[in-house]
Amino acid sequence: MIRMSLVSRHLLGLEGMTKEDILLILDTATTFREVLERPIKKVPTLQGKTIVNLFFESSTRTRISFELAERRLSADVVNLSADASSVKKGETLKDTARNIEAMKIDMVVMRHAAQGAPHFLSTVINANIINAGDGSHEHPTQALLDMYTIREKFGKLDGLKICLVGDISHSRVALSNIYGLKAMGANVAVCGPKTLIPRELDKLKVKVFYNVDDAIKWADILNVLRIQLERQDRCFIPSLREYRQYFAVTKERLNKFGKQITIMHPGPINRDVELSADVADSEHSLILQQVLNGVAVRMAVLYLIGTRS
Amino acid sequence: MGQKSHIIDEKGYQRTLNRLAHEILERNKGADTLALVGIRTRGEFLAIRLARIIREIEHKELQIGFLDITLYRDDIREKLNQPILKGTQISFDVSGKDIILVDDVLFTGRTIRAALDALVDLGRAKSIQLAVMIDRGHRELPIKADFVGKNIPTSLEEKVRVMMKEIDGKDEVILIKEEKG
Repeated sequence: MIRMSLVSRHLLGLEGMTKEDILLILDTATTFREVLERPIKKVPTLQGKTIVNLFFESSTRTRISFELAERRLSADVVNLSADASSVKKGETLKDTARNIEAMKIDMVVMRHAAQGAPHFLSTVINANIINAGDGSHEHPTQALLDMYTIREKFGKLDGLKICLVGDISHSRVALSNIYGLKAMGANVAVCGPKTLIPRELDKLKVKVFYNVDDAIKWADILNVLRIQLERQDRCFIPSLREYRQYFAVTKERLNKFGKQITIMHPGPINRDVELSADVADSEHSLILQQVLNGVAVRMAVLYLIGTRS
Repeated sequence: MGQKSHIIDEKGYQRTLNRLAHEILERNKGADTLALVGIRTRGEFLAIRLARIIREIEHKELQIGFLDITLYRDDIREKLNQPILKGTQISFDVSGKDIILVDDVLFTGRTIRAALDALVDLGRAKSIQLAVMIDRGHRELPIKADFVGKNIPTSLEEKVRVMMKEIDGKDEVILIKEEKG
């Protein structure tokens, strides 16, 4: 029997991850998609493993998706969110983590506002760390589920043209997607107002569009990112109205080019800001498929990391 | 590789499968509610063979599925490497069916325990029966096969390999004695 496992015992990001590792995760996720279709959507694989979901930033979708994935693998799950914890009382990340680890846990799924927080955590505790989003750096499981969803529809990733639209500077989804898609041989572009596109991006060799019509003309798939309202206090865009005017993905814009473009969005959507409601709910939208696949992909990651020896 | 001895040759192999098919039909009084489920990888091909033979006898196409029991194993954390998931493919409803679980070798019984758990998660079968090519003893769980191709008493140092055309290019069962030292 052929046996394989992931190179790393953590999932901190997709930067530097090999095509083989990404493929292993996506192929493994296919098995878990089948489990999700069963009457009993649960397997005993991670019985006896304890996983802590350490969320220092609010999240609904990602946390629920991880928690479902963990429970469907029969792991024991503990949730800790920052606003209800000793973090509020001034405890450092290192102390929080060490204290939790002292209670014999196996894996930590962490979201944190600071870039590199999970990398730091992996140097101070022994548990396996899975990054569920660190600041504006990476969100590897989101990019993996995006890739899984694209592959499910198109049967491949290499050669496809995928454009990430919106606030690229603040987007961990964008960066992880760029690393992952490039490793898989896809053509990647970004599109947004100049103020929301980081200057260092040319180092990653991605195409840049400042006009959304050009992006639509070029792409097979648009992955529309959320305008992060909470991060717009520093005037990157004049107003939401103006953003919508120039960058919103709408039916009229798409219709101009008379071609079918697949639409994705990592959620939560600001309806009628970055994406018009009719596009979000159209037949070309994979948004709910992404959510469903998210559980399977996270099960695959937890399985591959949790049973790795 | 150690010393090899041949237990079943190509002709015997076919006869054994024929007999197993007849026994399954006899016990279940026909094939009306039967469905075959092979345990991946080798049980999968044996199940396909049995389905073919049963079709010739009863002129009836049996439903057939494949079970990947990796997610149900109790030794998954003790293995040195991770087995690749091949996925379960059972496209029919197992509820109300008489399921014949098919595997190549019955040994400790742990694979079958995992397979039973996996099957139970898919629905409530009317019955689950076990068909194996070889029973080599050394059970660690209270599990017994309903249909056995051949019983082979073995020592723990020995290995039984059920070869098959689909994987190895020939049908044969061999016993390999590991050389000490």
